[in-house]
Amino acid sequence: MVEPRFRRDGAWVGASVPRREDPRLLAGRGRFVDDIALPGMLHAQFVRSTEAHAELLAVDLDEVHAVPGVVAAYTAADLDLADITALLDRPAHEFVPTAMPVLARDKVRYVGEPVAVVVAKDPYAAEDGVEAAVVEYAPLEPVVSDLGALAEGAPLVHAEAPRNTLVDVSLFATEGIDDVFAEAHTVVEVRTKTGRQNALPLETRGVVADWDDRDEQLRVQTCSQVPHQVRTVLARCVGLDEKQVRVTVPDMGGGFGQKCVVGREEIAAAAAALRLRRPVKWIEDRRDALTAAFLAREQRYVVRAAFSADGEILGLDADVVCDMGAYSCYPFTAGIEPLMASAEMPGVYRVPAYRVRGRAVTTNKAPTAPYRGVSRPQYVMVVERVFEKAARALGIDAVELRRRNLITVFPYTGVNDITYDPGSYLESLDLCEKTLREEGWFSRRSDENRVIGIGFACFSERTGYGSGAFAQRKMQVVPGFDISEIRMDLNGTVSVTTGTLSHGQSHETTMAQIVADRLGVPYDRVKIVQGDTDRITYGWGSFASRSITIGGSAVAAASVKLGDQLKEIAAHLLSGDPEAAVLEDGGVRVGSSWLPFAEIADVAYLKAHLLPKGVGPGLAATASFDVGGDGTFSNATHGCVVELDPGTGGVEILRYVCVEDCGVAIHPQVVEGQARGGIAQGIAGALFEEVRYDEAGQPLAPSFMEYKVPTAMEIPDVRIEHLETPCAFTENGAKGAGEGGTIGAPAAVLNAVNDALRHTGVELDDTPVRREAVFRALEVTR
Amino acid sequence: MKPAAFEYHRARSVSGAVGLLTELGDEAKIVAGGQSLVAMMNFRLARPEHLVDITHIDGLAGIRREGDTLRIGALTTHRAVEKADLGDFAVLSRAMRWVGHLPIRTRGTVGGSIAHADATAEWCLLAVLLEARILVEGPSGRREISAEEFFLGPFTTALEPDELIVELVFPRPAPRAALTEYADRKGDFALVAAAVDLDTDRIVLGGVGPVPAVVRGESYTGTTVRARAAAAADSLELRDEPGISAHYRRGLVRTLVERAYEEAARG
Amino acid sequence: MIQLVELSVNGERHDLAIEPRRTLVDVLRHDLGLTGTHVGCEHGICGACTVLVDGAPARACLIFAAQVEGAEIRTVESLSSDGELNDLQRCFSEHHGLQCGFCTPGMLMLAEGYLAEEPEPTTEEIREVVASNLCRCTGYQTIVEAIDDCAARRRAALQDRLDRRAS
Ligand SMILES: Cc1cc2nc3c(=O)[nH]c(=O)nc-3n(C[C@H](O)[C@H](O)[C@H](O)COP(=O)(O)OP(=O)(O)OC[C@H]3O[C@@H](n4cnc5c(N)ncnc54)[C@H](O)[C@@H]3O)c2cc1C
Ligand code: FES
Ligand code: FES
Repeated sequence: MVEPRFRRDGAWVGASVPRREDPRLLAGRGRFVDDIALPGMLHAQFVRSTEAHAELLAVDLDEVHAVPGVVAAYTAADLDLADITALLDRPAHEFVPTAMPVLARDKVRYVGEPVAVVVAKDPYAAEDGVEAAVVEYAPLEPVVSDLGALAEGAPLVHAEAPRNTLVDVSLFATEGIDDVFAEAHTVVEVRTKTGRQNALPLETRGVVADWDDRDEQLRVQTCSQVPHQVRTVLARCVGLDEKQVRVTVPDMGGGFGQKCVVGREEIAAAAAALRLRRPVKWIEDRRDALTAAFLAREQRYVVRAAFSADGEILGLDADVVCDMGAYSCYPFTAGIEPLMASAEMPGVYRVPAYRVRGRAVTTNKAPTAPYRGVSRPQYVMVVERVFEKAARALGIDAVELRRRNLITVFPYTGVNDITYDPGSYLESLDLCEKTLREEGWFSRRSDENRVIGIGFACFSERTGYGSGAFAQRKMQVVPGFDISEIRMDLNGTVSVTTGTLSHGQSHETTMAQIVADRLGVPYDRVKIVQGDTDRITYGWGSFASRSITIGGSAVAAASVKLGDQLKEIAAHLLSGDPEAAVLEDGGVRVGSSWLPFAEIADVAYLKAHLLPKGVGPGLAATASFDVGGDGTFSNATHGCVVELDPGTGGVEILRYVCVEDCGVAIHPQVVEGQARGGIAQGIAGALFEEVRYDEAGQPLAPSFMEYKVPTAMEIPDVRIEHLETPCAFTENGAKGAGEGGTIGAPAAVLNAVNDALRHTGVELDDTPVRREAVFRALEVTR
Repeated sequence: MKPAAFEYHRARSVSGAVGLLTELGDEAKIVAGGQSLVAMMNFRLARPEHLVDITHIDGLAGIRREGDTLRIGALTTHRAVEKADLGDFAVLSRAMRWVGHLPIRTRGTVGGSIAHADATAEWCLLAVLLEARILVEGPSGRREISAEEFFLGPFTTALEPDELIVELVFPRPAPRAALTEYADRKGDFALVAAAVDLDTDRIVLGGVGPVPAVVRGESYTGTTVRARAAAAADSLELRDEPGISAHYRRGLVRTLVERAYEEAARG
Repeated sequence: MIQLVELSVNGERHDLAIEPRRTLVDVLRHDLGLTGTHVGCEHGICGACTVLVDGAPARACLIFAAQVEGAEIRTVESLSSDGELNDLQRCFSEHHGLQCGFCTPGMLMLAEGYLAEEPEPTTEEIREVVASNLCRCTGYQTIVEAIDDCAARRRAALQDRLDRRAS
């Protein structure tokens, strides 16, 4: 067992205990969706659009039916499914709703859009079938960039969305902001374009669906972060009741947001299973995952910031355009990125005046979904570039400039109407800088024979968005709360449900630790039940670092309720005072007597006549939790050291330090894992990965040869330092830890690259950083 | 990403393989390590109707030294070369670390690389640099083709459809040669690769044209490495391509030739 | 077209009648039910499908099952015995070298094959080998550490055995 580094709240929380998930995953005995095989199972693949933008004239599947092994093939007309439509409660000039058909009907809007589904005896035959389909298109001029979408006279992706604009919202405009800029000592501007990225869970999307006559249910096993949302949309699309659909989630090979929206393919495969009354499996292949799955992060920022002579930030004025691709995703809509950026941009700084316009434009590219961090990696990068530029303009050290502007008094209510709970903004920056200094990086930076730069990123991250916070975004479907049901069984073991859904985050372990402490049982006596719409009342799944803050709090609250029941029964059985009862060592102590849980359970289930009056049989409790107000903010400072190679433009990360504060860490090793993995994804966005398209809208990165996921040679070791500012309103003092790594890395890396280029006069503000641009910047000085 | 259907044939000897190729005609393809071909088949970018598996042929793998000559059998894996102690041919072993990653090198073969003829593939560069001869066998027997004449264009060679690569023959040691390259990500095919041999003053470049490009360095004898590298870079005809300009590619050539020279000099 | 193929996997012989186009990874997973080996790209880059072919780590997505008749295939299922994880698997757990666990079987087989051939690698060499496979969750550091630790423990155990034999 790994030595716990610190403990809190009892024996378990705060200890890096062995993960409950590990043994099966290490033995190759996990059960991922593609591991499921049902008797008579068929395999689906999709005929996909080869055009970026076209009218769909005809889909001829005659030849498909003739292919050996093919069992069925359906077009949109054959399946006749309702569309998927995500809505915001906003007026027409702010939001244009668009429908996403499960299979394209009259028009295709991106290369890879599903046009027909082929079902065959094995995946090989399914692909043979797909090849035999004949689709007739009348090509239309494609819209392949945000600027192209907004251009005068641009072709329309959706006829109902003029100027290809799905969302156009100005959340904030401080009165008098123009005067602030006019009178400011210094104004800096950052223009940034960030590359389109793929969240890229290593396991692609997939589903196994079958109709069960006995349960009268369409059973859907799918790797989704949001099973209840899948149930609702699927039921609606195929015309079943909610109770006629059961969605369960097996082990999941990552999600990172790509799997927290409802996809079209799983609906189509399930519809085929319903029609055929046979199990149907669909496993997305990597080419489709790279070209036709949900993407993210392609954004353009024009941001100006006003500063006083002594470096006080006076105002922030931002224009954000997000290229959301062809459709709005369910349930978040195309507003997900621009609204996140607009709401949160002032971040950790005391910004007195703020104006923002956020737009979502639609283009002929694969649609987008939330991706780990949602817009925060981008706007944090932009704001941190603002500070670096301002520091240069003002002749103030960039770290010092940040210090002068960080929020230090909490709670702090910002210009963006958000109240920030206490964090360690200044402390994390100080420690990060000190760490790099003590390791000698600042002296190496001044070595004239090397091109070394150091970059920082300060940020906080709202975690545990409650219903209130999502309602502010005016989503029509408002996530936020979580419900947990807990039960103790005969021998004193506990099972507890959570509406969140672990797909790598270790909830089977960490949630069990929470329960273990609340009830005084070892954590391996606690079973976590997740990802099953029949067993879980309702849940929003896992995204936005909500699981431990909200789900973990619901689990804790349910545990307390169960504990109260146990105390009441035990006090009665021991003829003691329930108020004096305490949970201890897997039982209840009342005065000098102690009764093990197993004996209490024995009474609750098998000898109900012994229960106190008014106490019903069984040991179960339900609790829910929602974060009131604005949620809780984790924070961190990242520091990155890069060396540039003037001969090639190569960028190497020499050192990476992360000082993070997510309140009480339930399992420090897991928190570190989340940070490291997140940082790797942030580095990927800053330096490597981009989904590009040519002028005709054809994807240019259909394989891992072109979509360059970094390997162990590119991702550095990360030194992590912990600070701890416990959250006052989650049950364990925990704040979210899922996304921070991803959020800080692009800013730290880009600032480091620019710091290394400081002698060249060149500044690079777009990501991923092009090596040719680095090469050209350094060439002059070589 | 499942391959189209094909018929599988297992060759037990070189002549058997040639016989199969002759009999099955244009629709047949050899499979060796499969590290290029199977990936293309999974994408259905290649769809041979017949696959002739040569991996079960005895005697096609192995490295033999005969005097100054080094003979490497077509089925020798990249990994076997990497692990071999090749003395004054050590440049070959050292270069292998640039070929993909370990699990690729355990299966990918020398013959397959040469036949596949990717213009940045390390084996293609090394063969041209060291003026290797490629021994092939066809229905009318064996013939040798010089590396420089072997590569005709991207993924195009002088090999006839019914011929098989048997062996790569390196005619003379290269104790002072080196290969180096650049890609944004380790293990990728190079953006630009440079190989040099100090003893012959040959420079071979990958990523600058349809086939490995030979720049003869004799005319610069006596000048500095830097000048030679610059001259090599300037001698190339390059075009801007999406995502990479001719200027940047030329710059990479200059850098990599310089670095290859330095590495070769270190030995 | 159906082909008879005889495969030896984890020491067990299997007789299969399959289409020759079936890749080794599909045969392992779907014909033999050994679903521990995963599929992440089917073009040789992610490494989720890495198995040992005659002891050497190889991409099971780039091999047709029909090609490896006569070879000994080893998959992740062979590592633990009687429900006990082996030392490498335990090191992965202790160092938190897995999160979602999807890349893990491939990483384990890559490391098993490599350490068998190279018992005394440097950390940098391990890193370069780990770079053969993709992991989207961990950032790789803990995977490198786990393999490093396992190699060190194996060396220590070997030394221990030698010492004991000597004394
Ligand atoms: C992830 C990845 C990364 C890679 N990175 C690199 C790299 O950096 N550098 C590099 O050079 N390569 C790289 N490769 C390719 C690898 O080196 C292949 O091994 C090589 O290109 C082909 O060898 P093979 O034995 O696998 O051939 P196969 O894939 O079996 O065949 C390739 C072609 O050669 C033909 N062929 C094979 N053997 C013969 C023969 N004896 N006679 C005639 N024709 C024959 C086949 O018909 C086919 O057309 C990479 C591959 C992968 C999957
Ligand atoms: S599935 Fe084989 S390498 Fe990715
Ligand atoms: S642990 Fe999820 S991909 Fe490696």
